[in-house]
Amino acid sequence: MRMKQLGGPYVTKTTAIAATMVGILGILVVVRLFFGLRTVSNLNDGVTWGLWLAYDVVAGTAIACGGYSVALVVYILNKGQYHPLVRPAVLASMFGYALGGFSVLVDISRWWNFWHILWPSYFNLNSVLIEVALCISAYSTILILEFAPAVVERVVEWTGYRGGQLHAITLKIEKILNKVIFVLIAVGITLPTMHQSSLGTMLIPLGNFINPLWQTPILPLLFLLTALSTGYGVVMLEATLVSDRFSRPSEAGILAGLSRYMMVVVGLFLVIRWSDLIYRDKLHYLLSSGGLTFAFGVENLLYLTPLILLWPKHRRVGPRYQFIAAICILSGSIFYRMDSYLIAYHRAGWHYFPSVSELLITFGMIAVEVLGYTLIVKFFPILEIESVHHVSPVLAGK
Amino acid sequence: MSDDGFASIEARLGLSRRTFLQFCAGMAATMGLPKSAEAAIANAIMAKRRPPVIWLHFAECTGCTESLLVSEHPTIDKLILEIISLDYHETLFAGAGHQADAARKASMEANKGKYVLVVEGAIPAKDNGIYCKVGGKTAVEILHECAKDAAAVIALGSCASWGGMPATGPNPTGCVGVSDLWHQLVVNIPGCPPNPYNFLSTVVHYITYGNLPALDKEGRPKFAYSRLVHENCERRPHFDAGRFAQEFGDSGHRSGWCLYKLGCKGPETYANCPSILFGDAGSGSWPVGTGHPCIGCTQKGIGFEKPIHALANIQFVTPPASYPRIVEQQGNGVTIASAAVVAGVAGLAIGASAAMASNLGKGSKPEDPADGEE
Amino acid sequence: MPLTRRNFIMRSASSGAAALCAVTAPSASAEVREEKTMPPKALGLLFDATLCIGCKSCVTACREANHTHPEFSTEDHLWDTPLDLSADTLTVIKAYSQGEGVNKDQEENGYEFIKKSCLHCVDPSCVSVCPVTAMTKDPDTGVVSYNPNNCIGCRYCVAACPFGVPRFEYKEAVPRLRKCELCKERRAVGEIPACAEVCPTGATLFGTVKELSAEAARRHQLTPGERTVFPRKTLEANDVHEKPAPHYVKETYGSTQVGGTQVQLLSGVPFDKLGYPDLPEKSFVSTSESIQHTIYKGMIAPAVLFGCFLLRTRRSAKHDENDDDDQQGGK
Repeated sequence: MRMKQLGGPYVTKTTAIAATMVGILGILVVVRLFFGLRTVSNLNDGVTWGLWLAYDVVAGTAIACGGYSVALVVYILNKGQYHPLVRPAVLASMFGYALGGFSVLVDISRWWNFWHILWPSYFNLNSVLIEVALCISAYSTILILEFAPAVVERVVEWTGYRGGQLHAITLKIEKILNKVIFVLIAVGITLPTMHQSSLGTMLIPLGNFINPLWQTPILPLLFLLTALSTGYGVVMLEATLVSDRFSRPSEAGILAGLSRYMMVVVGLFLVIRWSDLIYRDKLHYLLSSGGLTFAFGVENLLYLTPLILLWPKHRRVGPRYQFIAAICILSGSIFYRMDSYLIAYHRAGWHYFPSVSELLITFGMIAVEVLGYTLIVKFFPILEIESVHHVSPVLAGK
Repeated sequence: MSDDGFASIEARLGLSRRTFLQFCAGMAATMGLPKSAEAAIANAIMAKRRPPVIWLHFAECTGCTESLLVSEHPTIDKLILEIISLDYHETLFAGAGHQADAARKASMEANKGKYVLVVEGAIPAKDNGIYCKVGGKTAVEILHECAKDAAAVIALGSCASWGGMPATGPNPTGCVGVSDLWHQLVVNIPGCPPNPYNFLSTVVHYITYGNLPALDKEGRPKFAYSRLVHENCERRPHFDAGRFAQEFGDSGHRSGWCLYKLGCKGPETYANCPSILFGDAGSGSWPVGTGHPCIGCTQKGIGFEKPIHALANIQFVTPPASYPRIVEQQGNGVTIASAAVVAGVAGLAIGASAAMASNLGKGSKPEDPADGEE
Repeated sequence: MPLTRRNFIMRSASSGAAALCAVTAPSASAEVREEKTMPPKALGLLFDATLCIGCKSCVTACREANHTHPEFSTEDHLWDTPLDLSADTLTVIKAYSQGEGVNKDQEENGYEFIKKSCLHCVDPSCVSVCPVTAMTKDPDTGVVSYNPNNCIGCRYCVAACPFGVPRFEYKEAVPRLRKCELCKERRAVGEIPACAEVCPTGATLFGTVKELSAEAARRHQLTPGERTVFPRKTLEANDVHEKPAPHYVKETYGSTQVGGTQVQLLSGVPFDKLGYPDLPEKSFVSTSESIQHTIYKGMIAPAVLFGCFLLRTRRSAKHDENDDDDQQGGK
């Protein structure tokens, strides 16, 4: 299979809006740097991890697990037919993790010391956070390296017109990269397994401040399963969106296959979670948790819906239910992770809701991803060359 | 202390032993000295060492002298006039003119290096001091002449301490305190007037121990000026509980509530007024006690400068009488703006997804199953 | 190999089971981490709420000793009125009140004053969770201290402390964390923490945890109403006063909670009403540390996992190359 850049205009309605939001993000970050967290957020000592960590980092990196989930299927389970999904997934992952990292930098208030998490003399190996931080830093690097072949290919093509020494060198780089990429891929599957589960372990020291419906010693497993399922969900969502927005043939065929893996992981998550609640006798908290019971219900419903929707084969193969299922999974994971980190975390007397600036910074981060992704698929060979598929009349019309 | 000693005191000062010892105890207490000081004071007075005192008056109202004269402990004026040898005092002197002046010069000559100089009143320093002249000499000249050979210089009252009322803007004659002209050690006893016992205690300390009591960095005796009025005020519990008189004569004012909002300068004025009061007339005999806010008369920059009803700056912010509860509501919750943003974005996302989902359904045939599965 | 339903179910089940074991086993065997014990020369405070009269001299003295600023929560900025601990308030006195609030140190229709500050835990959550060793526990005195030079401002300690002690400066461009460190500077010159120094009733006592625990035990033995001597400042200061013993709740708070604390409390009102919740003996961080140590001990498990993945990706990558060559040859 061959990939090619999409081309087309760089300035569209989408990119214009996204660029504006990125501009706002820039201004707010500068304000935050000079005047402290309180000026751009409602973070306080009762709820010190707010929207940025709960959504941008914890939920966001799950959404960025597309590369992880697809790599697992393609390279470990050896299902080559899903290969076209890899590069776009890796690109989305790269953005997701880069933005997750950037959100961390915006949040941690002594950011000039951030290199301490990479310098061994500072490490406290008892802390879950040091492992998460190291893993995420390493994984972000791996993702950039995994993306490198796309860049190199473009450069090869560009230098190909000029020929000569440069072309020869870039060809050589391409060859070396292709030889070692399997190592990067293996690392790129090990690392998320480690840190996505540890994101769950991070909640354990928070003890009784987290509602018992979420607090459990098996948090690492639950977070790992949500990471995987979200990865599949985001790949399905993104593939459907790209086909639709860029008038390309639908990938619903291979997505149908992928959705089965998603359903298995989601099914496992639900079964394990409920078994754990029953085993540790925590079900009665459903009656006493007030609004949180509603949040719990929403999460479970969002995870259950795709299973119901995609069970019959005829629905699994069409793009509409795939899209709905993907949205449900993504929302379910966002809810689950934000509930665990923020909404189900409560200290008596403390209130928190993100301020407008806080929300704008988060939306700005999302806008960076949208803008960057759009520009990169237009400029670099990420998406597969259109092969002989029939084009649906509706999509052709867009 | 021998019986002879007490007998001589009785003869000299007309005081019974008991009254005399009460006086010494009172002096010791005012200065915050330990019990043993009583005996030391008694001995010192009995020993008949009477340091000569030269008392100068410059730009003043004579209030400080007046307050000293009405101090009520048994014939205290006589006591002091007997304990010290008042060799020059313009208000109390019988003589006048060059005769009085000559007496001053003679005493200074005879007691060179041993007399105590008390200055009452500010000194106009502008234009070489011509705005205050006594006996043909400017106040500035007289000050220098007398301070030169003095054993100790005491500036009595706010005027002598830092300029006081005469120094209020625009201060056309350039009135200043003694320390602005005499740059050696000066004991400042500010107040308008100061409590006479602040002065008397300082003098008795000097007689008893031969040196001056501990002074702060403005030269004020620490036993009298080391605490804010606010720290010892009897209305402090009202301040701590937030009970303030808002207007003269309102119910709060008549209930004796705190006068902070009426401009009381207690929180930024160092003095011992609420502790020892004035006039020996019993409790409440000080400005705040009578219902008028303290005007900060001892404090340079406050008294006669800051408006009487302007609010004082709290020097040391301390906890009040109220307590936080075990659980207090803290943090910023949802606002209309943030809720609107979230609702807007959520609505947009849901709407776009729904639209997309319904569009995907239209006009697309299900793919050949064989494509998707291996 | 054709995917039959059977194969699919078998494979999913086995991989699921493997994943399950791999991640739950360590959670189940969370006894791996060793128990923390009280350091031999552990220093601490004993706070007896029945002696506290709510004068707040400790709050004022703490401000002076630590150079913190008054906090205003009334409209007139006339008084220092912290509502709670904060980056500028390292200790605070709070009041419990119920019903009429007239009976001192009693739960019903009563009131009591309680002091809030760092408890210097034996197994501190803050020390365990800090990724860059900005929070440390002194091995001799057991005092938990903060080092801003290491700190990255992640605020994990703020989120994790079971007592909500560490507080952060959200309004500063160069923010730091603040909490009581038992007056490090004063102890260095032979003085005792400021709160113990000024307390007029001896509600706050300073000393070694050993002697303070013994004093707490002595007080539990007393009959309510029995006249007894209460020390002030420290047990050796020879500054005492006498009064009838009160009724105490039969617990010294901090003796067992989350592994024990060096600052312990006595009270007449149950502690959960005073903002000191019921906590298990096993600290939460001992669970998380056990999980981490089990999974990552010697990095064996990750290495094994990586090895397996490497073998598979190598095969897949070779497969890809062959495919590519075929395609290119074909095209």
